[in-house]
Amino acid sequence: MCLAIPARVTRILPDDMAVVSIDGVSKEISAALIENLAVGDYVIIHVGYALTRIDPDEAERTLEMMREFREGQEAAQ
Amino acid sequence: MKYADEFRDKEIALGLARAIQAEANPKRPYRFMEFCGGHTHAISRYGLEDMLPQNVRMIHGPGCPVCVLPAGRIDMAIRLAERPEVILCVYGDLMRVPGSQGGSLLRAKARGADIRMVYSTIDAIRIAEENPGREVVFFAIGFETTTPPTAVMIRIAERKQLENFSVFCNHVLTPPAMLNILESPDIRNIGRVEIDGFVGPAHVSIIIGTAPYEFFSEEFGKPVVIAGFEPLDMMQAILMLVRQVNEHRHEVENQYRRAVSRDGNLRAKEEVSDIFELRDRFEWRGLGLVPYSGLKLKRTYAKYDAEVRFEMNELKIADNPACECGAILRGVKKPVDCKLFGTVCTPETPMGSCMVSSEGACAAHWTYGRFRDHQQRRAS
Ligand code: SF4
Repeated sequence: MCLAIPARVTRILPDDMAVVSIDGVSKEISAALIENLAVGDYVIIHVGYALTRIDPDEAERTLEMMREFREGQEAAQ
Repeated sequence: MKYADEFRDKEIALGLARAIQAEANPKRPYRFMEFCGGHTHAISRYGLEDMLPQNVRMIHGPGCPVCVLPAGRIDMAIRLAERPEVILCVYGDLMRVPGSQGGSLLRAKARGADIRMVYSTIDAIRIAEENPGREVVFFAIGFETTTPPTAVMIRIAERKQLENFSVFCNHVLTPPAMLNILESPDIRNIGRVEIDGFVGPAHVSIIIGTAPYEFFSEEFGKPVVIAGFEPLDMMQAILMLVRQVNEHRHEVENQYRRAVSRDGNLRAKEEVSDIFELRDRFEWRGLGLVPYSGLKLKRTYAKYDAEVRFEMNELKIADNPACECGAILRGVKKPVDCKLFGTVCTPETPMGSCMVSSEGACAAHWTYGRFRDHQQRRAS
């Protein structure tokens, strides 16, 4: 029910609609909840609506912090 | 898939598990409630509990909108769908939810009611446009995540001057339910779980932001960490909670920074507050009547409110007494504590709502957890 997935915006359509690509599959969604959506943005899709843009810098920062745990493990071996 | 696969790396998950193991004090329990059904699903699916030390326990909360919908609301919807002029549009998860006397929307459809599964509110609008002679009702359900799409749909119906369209509104709110778990007066009957911290919902928080949780951390002294739905997100959030407990902190921390801000999605919040207002109370399966926990359409939008338009009567139906969903939704019991689990009650023949939605604790445990029970039995 609350399932939501990341997707990349590939086209902007009239009437607050857009096309996104989910693992290569195109899907039409509503962009009514996001201001100035642009092609190339990554968004989180839920019941046919983009809920938010994914912030690429924050994503990278989070991953960076996570990766330290992998390296820590290798170092310990 | 970008922004999903990277957050599923097994080596990193193991590293995070080792950090949790190293930092959790073996002399004390850590009991964390994941409020949201999406997290419950992820925990079962990726077997995260197996990676945690014995004294770090996850308690499944009531955050699955399908699971908390009381049987009375299902019966109301069935009655509505049985009217010949009505086309009822629903999200697929609702079809099998049991109402009273073994009834469900699926059965009503088999008997001839015009019930259509939709993926999005946009589909419901299209069905209304295609059927001008019929009354199209959208069965709206969900937490804060799913409410903005309903609001946008009503806006579109207004703009298109659709006269045959309305909404049966069952939207509920997260913070009042969390509050209810911590301080409800009827806890005496059903028992209380001790909770040392919350994993806060991912997608609800995209909309409402992290600010609404600040009250909990202050008022109840409980740490809250908002977490994404991927396994690494969950593991990192659990580590953050362990650290807060160890350091006697109780703050709202945001692990899911790539999608959640302090204020949330302002545009979505505005849409919702323009169209909806609070109900004085709303019934939740498992929690009973929770004050100010549900939404209804404002009076200015009454013509889109199916409850007004069709003069729908409130129906109260007692839950199946053998079903333990109530206690499970509160975190007091586990699916295996229910006598019906896996025998009478399976996803094919659900007796309770927790077995219906893939985010329900019983369904998640049925799909991914039974192996573990088996292994544990063999090991012991
Ligand atoms: S196993 Fe079925 S009957 Fe038992 S608590 Fe879960 S949903 Fe209810």
